[in-house]
Amino acid sequence: MEKRVQEIVLRDSATPAIPNLEMGGNVLLTRLDEIVNWARRNSIFPLTFGLACCAIEMMSTAAARFDIARFGMEVFRASPRQADLMIVAGRVSKKMAPVLRQIYDQMPSPKWVVSMGACASCGGIFNNYAIVQGVDQIVPVDVYVPGCPPSPDALIYALIKLQQKIRTQRLGMLLELPTRPSPAIEQGDKTPALESHASG
Amino acid sequence: MNILRDVLKPIGKGLRITLRHFLEPKDTVFYPEERKEQFPRTRWRHVLLRYENGLERCIGCSLCAGACPVRCIYVEAAENTDTERYSPGERYAKRYEINLLRCIYCGYCQDACPTGAIVLREDYELADYTRDAFIATKEMLLEPLPVRDEVAEVAR
Repeated sequence: MEKRVQEIVLRDSATPAIPNLEMGGNVLLTRLDEIVNWARRNSIFPLTFGLACCAIEMMSTAAARFDIARFGMEVFRASPRQADLMIVAGRVSKKMAPVLRQIYDQMPSPKWVVSMGACASCGGIFNNYAIVQGVDQIVPVDVYVPGCPPSPDALIYALIKLQQKIRTQRLGMLLELPTRPSPAIEQGDKTPALESHASG
Repeated sequence: MNILRDVLKPIGKGLRITLRHFLEPKDTVFYPEERKEQFPRTRWRHVLLRYENGLERCIGCSLCAGACPVRCIYVEAAENTDTERYSPGERYAKRYEINLLRCIYCGYCQDACPTGAIVLREDYELADYTRDAFIATKEMLLEPLPVRDEVAEVAR
């Protein structure tokens, strides 16, 4: 159990955050990082990926009362080629899993994933044969949002946490970590294995 | 075609509606700066309550774990002794863990609790980066010990 948790933490994100920014700074890239991260975190285009009831809360987050346009995230993109953020809203069935992975692969890097709600994050009440027990078995997840469904302010809090995470990321570190092989999809992902992002 | 009647008047009519809505008070809740008022029965993060004398209400009966539809609560009970007393009854919860990620915040645990120990409160800011950050242990769930008002005691 402990080993599995560690493994998930290690492969948590496609774009690992560096905990200590002072360590190993690059003279040429540090200032540029700040500018690039400022632009990135204030113009995140989410992907329209509502799968179930959480999608209703996701839509209401984008609507006038909560209005994620205040964070520059209002442009929900129907095409993965134009999206930066995938908000997996709802339970992912095993039949949906390869589709989700394909759409994730089609998104241009840098890309982030928010796992919204109990079902997407770990299966929720659907602990059965049909539902993937956590979308992190298929794609690397940056922020998890608990709740069934999370209220719009809880989702906005998660998006602010994602912005904080993007703030700590570095230009040279945007490498894709291999996800854990899952029974839901074949091992088609041939990204070169990176030993540990902590060593970099 | 009358330019005034067919073009400018409809445009002015439309823009008047735009202007009216522009001057109306805004509906948007500016979330990180100001918070939406929560309903009194909002169910979010759990809190384990204490009695006024500081003893825990939880008696480790596991009825909450039994009522939980997603089995996200784990309770391990132990016996109270006179030297080590945590709750008024015979037993107390030695370990009390909730998987906040699996939890659906239905409040069935709150209904099942015979001593009213577990309640769901308004704290909804629960999102985090890692999965193991969501395992809430007993120390995280218990409300802090009541602070003794020493000034009032001396005055009395």
